Amino acid sequence: MLDFIFADSWSPYIVGSLIGVLSWFSFIISKKALGTSTTFARGSAKLGAVFFGAEVYDWKYYQKYKPELEWQSMLVIGIVIGSFISAVLSGEFNLSLIPLTDFESILNQNILGRLFSAFVGGIFLGFGARLAGGCTSGHGISGTFQLSIASWISLIGFFVGGAVTAFIIL
Amino acid sequence: MESKTRLIKGLATGIVFGFLLQRGGVTDYNVLVGQLLLEDFTVAKIILTAVVVGMLGVHFLSDRGLVELKPKSGSLRRTIPGSLIFGAGFALLGYCPGTIAGAIGQGSVDALLFGLSGIFVGSFLFAAFYERYDNLIEKNKFKFNTFPELFKINHWLVIVPLSAVIIIFLVWIESIGF
Repeated sequence: MLDFIFADSWSPYIVGSLIGVLSWFSFIISKKALGTSTTFARGSAKLGAVFFGAEVYDWKYYQKYKPELEWQSMLVIGIVIGSFISAVLSGEFNLSLIPLTDFESILNQNILGRLFSAFVGGIFLGFGARLAGGCTSGHGISGTFQLSIASWISLIGFFVGGAVTAFIIL
Repeated sequence: MESKTRLIKGLATGIVFGFLLQRGGVTDYNVLVGQLLLEDFTVAKIILTAVVVGMLGVHFLSDRGLVELKPKSGSLRRTIPGSLIFGAGFALLGYCPGTIAGAIGQGSVDALLFGLSGIFVGSFLFAAFYERYDNLIEKNKFKFNTFPELFKINHWLVIVPLSAVIIIFLVWIESIGF
């Protein structure tokens, strides 16, 4: 048991099964599906207001998704904490600015390249998630297992778009 | 604002989710990009296993009236370009919105400083785009949200074959050495 708690990693089938079980409890306890990307949309209103003033809070999208702390925002904060706990227990926590990778490229092995790839990638990710209406967790896991048509198309689109881009840039 | 109890429920769910993502290896740039380059199938294994387990459980619970499902809707004009743009961003950044939170927790400063600001900017750009073009964006939504509704069949007639296909796929990728 102790070895299991401090192990570097767990089998993807154990982790996947436990995420599936976590989804049951999320529905039972919170009446919500696991998802994360809406939180960044809510947060973006605050950032936008810093640059463009409080009028952005009146935008239609931010009327639908108000910039306030709610269940999912707390879930995202929880992910940071949970990952930190796991990383510390397994000795995997380390501060890094450049990801350690086998797939080295100008886009990930120097600060400017990483700043560019992470920032531009983030923009695409944020915009794409809002247009598609979800991300890898909201569509990719929670949506697909509810047999949502949009979620299955999204899951395929995420990985097709991702694989094509990855093969081009790396 | 939501009640304190709900906020704590969200936080607790997130802590477990984050722990699992990190322990599964999917808060690591190398593992995520490795999946997109088809060299490491950890991400697919986790997602597909979670889909099968999640699907069997929530439909069982929903049949008994214990939970209420909320399948997402979409439209071709939103879902296809949105998911492809998301995929391009996923490859560039190397994280998705959930795993970036996990990456921050395990100390990836690039995720925190550059990636997170990018996601906020991208989401803000969408809100601006939506402000002007909301009618166009919201048009032509799918008439049916789920496959059982579309095919007008009992959901278990989708769940059982789909689970079988996923399990066969997972056994196959293991058997060819991934």
